[in-house]
Amino acid sequence: MADVIFIGLSLASILLLIGLGLTITYGAMGVINMAHGELVMVGAYTAVMAGIYLGVNLLVALPLAFIVAGGLGLLIERLVIRHLYGRMLDTLLATWGIAILLQQMIRLEFGLSFFDIHIEGLGPGLQNLAIPAFLNQAWMIGDFTVQPYRSFIILLTIALTVVTWFLLYRTSLGIQVRAIMRNPQMAAACGIDVKRVSAYTFAYGSGLAGVAGVMMAGFKTVAPDMGSSLVVDGFLVVVVGGVGSLLGTVAASGFLGQVNGLFATWTNDILARAIVFGLVILIIMWRPQGLFSFKGR
Amino acid sequence: MIITRRKLLKTSAAAGAAGLAAPYFFTRAAQAADAVEVGVLFSLTGGLSIVEKSLADATKMAIDEINAEGGVNGMMIKPIVEDGASDPKTYNEKASKLVIQDRVPTVFGSYTSASRKAVLPVFEKRRNLYFYPTYYEGFECSKNVVYTGAVPNQQLSNFIPWIIKNLGKKKFFIVGSNYIYPREMAKVSKILIEQNGGEWIADEYLELGHSEWGAMVKKIKDSGCDVVLSNVVGDSVVAFYREYKNQGLTHDKLPICATVTSEIEIAAMGAEFAVGSYTSFPYFQAIATDRNQAFVERYRKYVNDPKAVTHHALESSYFQVYLWKQALEKAGEATPEAIREGVKGQVFEAPNGTVTVEPENLHTFLTPRIAQWGADGQGSIIDEYAAPVKPLPYVAYGETADNLFCTAKGLDTSKL
Repeated sequence: MADVIFIGLSLASILLLIGLGLTITYGAMGVINMAHGELVMVGAYTAVMAGIYLGVNLLVALPLAFIVAGGLGLLIERLVIRHLYGRMLDTLLATWGIAILLQQMIRLEFGLSFFDIHIEGLGPGLQNLAIPAFLNQAWMIGDFTVQPYRSFIILLTIALTVVTWFLLYRTSLGIQVRAIMRNPQMAAACGIDVKRVSAYTFAYGSGLAGVAGVMMAGFKTVAPDMGSSLVVDGFLVVVVGGVGSLLGTVAASGFLGQVNGLFATWTNDILARAIVFGLVILIIMWRPQGLFSFKGR
Repeated sequence: MIITRRKLLKTSAAAGAAGLAAPYFFTRAAQAADAVEVGVLFSLTGGLSIVEKSLADATKMAIDEINAEGGVNGMMIKPIVEDGASDPKTYNEKASKLVIQDRVPTVFGSYTSASRKAVLPVFEKRRNLYFYPTYYEGFECSKNVVYTGAVPNQQLSNFIPWIIKNLGKKKFFIVGSNYIYPREMAKVSKILIEQNGGEWIADEYLELGHSEWGAMVKKIKDSGCDVVLSNVVGDSVVAFYREYKNQGLTHDKLPICATVTSEIEIAAMGAEFAVGSYTSFPYFQAIATDRNQAFVERYRKYVNDPKAVTHHALESSYFQVYLWKQALEKAGEATPEAIREGVKGQVFEAPNGTVTVEPENLHTFLTPRIAQWGADGQGSIIDEYAAPVKPLPYVAYGETADNLFCTAKGLDTSKL
């Protein structure tokens, strides 16, 4: 039973890792960020490139991916999203476009492939990330197999959640972010620099996506279109948890991860996925605002 | 002569139509003398493009080589390349375009069974000819398709007895992606496992493209099996082998024996995750003949990538163009029927060895091989048939070499 719960926990941590950044950009800023999956992809490529050119392993790639994806997020916010606040459906279209741009940028190696210049680590092919040995050797405690890689993801997710909670609830910047979440006009009237804070928030959420990308790169192939399926999972968690609620996102990913893990072991993965989607529909019908949501004014 | 308004309209319309049509006929006639057009239909975009682009490259490389040698019967081969976009519906549209509008006598194409099934009606209805290079599940008998990849009896009939005898493994866990190819492969495997005194414990499927293997690998671990037979396809393969190692399973105790994992998947996952596992294919890049090594060199030069890998479907994409060329030389005229009659019994020295087109079912004689993957991402061939094996697309339903179900007359359904 312990290992079934572990699988659930691991699935939950991956959901949370992807959902965490999204809950901030979507929840705090009302931006339906379809490019979130592509920011995850950028993080994964950062890890691959760092491995090839800098010779560093996954642990060093984590902060690097945070910076790269965060910087890219800042750029996207400054160039596009800034002009679209309050127009949720337009952000959906615009970020979707950005997602396609990012995918093609990687696929065409920033356009260099037209000139027959090839950059190792980019292009349409599949890339892979080497995992350091200590994250790869499973060991046993009694009957229970400890899987270091999945355990590492769980710990990292907990750490990032705590950091995010701390930033949101214990710093003055966090208070400003929460004020903007509730009512941007009123926040601005109170002297909060909404534009600046929003830009930082978006960059932070994007950086988290980059970190998620590094961890995903250890699991699956790194390819230009790897992000598009992830963004669905991310939105699932955020919508069930309640928009903008950190607690809700944690609870929703924990719940959905465990349900998925349990049914995947009892029946099979295909059925488990159907059950998860079914549950999500029921929850949204029962509580359209999600499990934990604050009342707006 | 009185020119009425109506007559003027009629004649000028007719003249106009003739004028429009004429250049088309003239150019076609002019082309026909020194060139023969063929269709090349693979996915150049979308999820399957990583594999299919390499197949398209191998096809074009063979065409370029033949043209450099002077073409076929003095005619240059002119490829018309279309993009199937990883979508069976697009495949169908592009196949119709090639057959109806471009009127090519042959199309080379497809990687997945889904895309082959999607274009099949076009080729059967228009009595055209399709060359299909991929290993597939069998259970198909079309006189409009030449199949140059392996069928189950060339991938499994050697593999399963070998696993049971040489590896001493008896309890199989069969796992695959959820569509026709892995399910048919599982069906054949079960028959062979039972015939050889083994047993299968489970037969499980995951969606194509699924990348979360936690629960499935745990099931494998808890099942008490001693060997895993994998028919997993696409990038799921990568996630599968990686998770296998994450959960502490090793190929020396519980080996994965695969029917799809080729050089291309190994390169994508990182060789260390597959070290010690097995795959059965008629072709591996590691085949040590000069002919094959020269082929690998030529391919790498052609795609301008010194690290490019070759694999079974790629090699078939290459040699099937040569089989087609020989067929056309024998037939003399570039019509689908003539080429089909010409291709029957054609023999070619391919990089994997001698290949022959079986005249009855238009599948290809291939030499089954088993390789164990090494740390360099290459297989070392540890078992190999002395001679090519006759293709039996209906082996799961009792087809034998002396009792073919699929013949030149078509499928004998009474035998099924």
